[in-house]
Amino acid sequence: MKSDRPKQTFKKIHASGRMKEIMEAHFRELDEAARTKKQKVAWCTSVGPAELLKGMGFQVFYPENHGAMLGATRTATDLIPLANAIGYSPDICSYLTADIGSYLKGESPISKAYPGLDGPPRPDVLVFNTNQCRDVQDWFNFYGREFKVPVIGIQTHRGVGEITRAHIDSIADQLKAMVPKLEEISGKKLDMEEFKRVVGLSRQCTDLWKEVLEIAAHKPSPLTFFDGTVQMGPAVVMRGEQRAVDYYKLLLAELEQRVDEGVAAVDGEKYRIYWEGMPIWGKLRELSTQFAELEACVLASTYCSSWVFPALDADEPFDSMARAYIELFIVRDEDYKEEYFARQIRHYGIDGMIFHDAKTCPNNSNDRYGMVERISQRFDIPALVIHGDLNDLRCYSEEQARTNIEAYIEQLAEKRGQ
Amino acid sequence: MTPEAVYGGIDIGASATKVALVGGGRKILASDVRKTGVSFEASAADAMGAALALAGLRMEGLRRVVATGYGRHNVDFAHATRTEIACHARAAHFHFPRRITVVDVGGQDNKIIHVSAQGRRDSFKMNRKCAAGTGAFLEEVAQRMDVPLERIDELARRASHTVHMGSYCTVFTKTEILAHMRAGEKVPEIVAGLVESVVKRIVEMDPLAGEVVLTGGVVAHIPMLGEMLGRHVHHPVHILPDAQLAGAFGAALLAAEME
Repeated sequence: MKSDRPKQTFKKIHASGRMKEIMEAHFRELDEAARTKKQKVAWCTSVGPAELLKGMGFQVFYPENHGAMLGATRTATDLIPLANAIGYSPDICSYLTADIGSYLKGESPISKAYPGLDGPPRPDVLVFNTNQCRDVQDWFNFYGREFKVPVIGIQTHRGVGEITRAHIDSIADQLKAMVPKLEEISGKKLDMEEFKRVVGLSRQCTDLWKEVLEIAAHKPSPLTFFDGTVQMGPAVVMRGEQRAVDYYKLLLAELEQRVDEGVAAVDGEKYRIYWEGMPIWGKLRELSTQFAELEACVLASTYCSSWVFPALDADEPFDSMARAYIELFIVRDEDYKEEYFARQIRHYGIDGMIFHDAKTCPNNSNDRYGMVERISQRFDIPALVIHGDLNDLRCYSEEQARTNIEAYIEQLAEKRGQ
Repeated sequence: MTPEAVYGGIDIGASATKVALVGGGRKILASDVRKTGVSFEASAADAMGAALALAGLRMEGLRRVVATGYGRHNVDFAHATRTEIACHARAAHFHFPRRITVVDVGGQDNKIIHVSAQGRRDSFKMNRKCAAGTGAFLEEVAQRMDVPLERIDELARRASHTVHMGSYCTVFTKTEILAHMRAGEKVPEIVAGLVESVVKRIVEMDPLAGEVVLTGGVVAHIPMLGEMLGRHVHHPVHILPDAQLAGAFGAALLAAEME
């Protein structure tokens, strides 16, 4: 009697079957490289110099991807305390603490998902870029000490407004300075043609991923943010590889077909919502269900767009990587961020914006310096802040979040006079 | 003569379950308030049963029921659900039909709702995850001081001054109380400080523009809180009539307006 909400049928993305295959292949290749020593293994931050590493013949593993797997499998919250106990604060990045907890306990979702694999492959080198945060450096230094392998990295500027030649030179010089060390570890000289080929493939991947995300501008949207958090896997871990390019062509075709047939990701889409901030990995199912039941489609996000690198240019691999990895949203100043949101709100026809304030991820919590009020006044768009975390569910109150979201959709309905 | 249409509102909050039945004149015909306990379903049935008995009605006599509060999805006999934010806003605007800021101090969370002159919710905020500044905070600290909740208002009014509480953590506040007791502060002054602490948590949530209307169980029992808030915001602060029933009353009004 009380059910005044429509029942939603979630629509399966058929391409996902192929994604599972290539993701499995990725992890098995990493495992084989570490076991047989046929290829060196580099651990790399999610928006680190992956193209250079792949161009130099490394197999690349991404601890942040592992952190997200720990969150999505809801194992993170049990593992984080192990890292807290050895001095890694519950207030710092919960990818870091979950991942170190996983290492300390010897448990990984990789071994559960892919039988026969033990977990993350042993690294030969750890390569970071602080464009995400300072935590990645401390995270990698932990493993540098554990595995007694070199840790090298790029220090990126923060709060960048206009990008100048000096910024590009600074990052490009740091990239170039890595090469001798990486050559020493890999035992091979940098092959510029191979490096350029990888940068070219990475650009193709990123262009396709951008098209995938932007298809959500259609009304109704054929894609949700929650789909995006799953579909982004190849863009994160397989950029620079042909199979990622092939995958996004397949996915894009399926989404274009949805658009042609008028298939909505959320039946009866009434409200179009933008998600700012990290996903709450352990609650994706609950949140996507709640929004769908409220006929609200969370269809675009800053997070999924963080792997769009239009600057990459195979003809200028160092300079273009430097530009791509510093023009990211996360390293920019507040004015840039506000204008970025303005473009997203217009492009996607957004009715409302949700800011996730992630307790352990200040760099991805953009509600803390008055942005919510500025955006909501400038665009007359109601905004909501959800307090939670990417991985640490101890920081998330499910009932409060549910009530907040429901009341927010009621507010959107009232605004429309419904 | 056609019998008067009666609508029900039920608010299953973290601490208390409230029921209000309203008739055609939008007056509360009967109501019930009881502890929520461990079963939302049982509390809902008991509270509604008691209110119906008071009104001399049966469940079939209700035209429509709207449920709200944390347990809103557990009420089998409700026809629809609305959030507490919607219901408190509606109840407050019914009594104060102009632009207002509604402040609901609940058992588990606080809400600030900006309502337009037409009754539309322009924006709202709930407190962050922490329950500091809510009814749960007062329950915890009152227990530590051996003060029954119903005496908080009376004690706070007897205070010669207000003891300053520096922390917004409930647990740290309990420790702070010990320090104040050691320093010779008396119970009324400390209790006044605790009420003041709730006020401080409220004013840091959101700007309180224009006339403020307080709702919820905490203010129903501690009207002193409204006076203290008035001193902070320098605006008129009203306490909604039957403040603890605000959610249930608002739900009943929304039920009536769904025609």
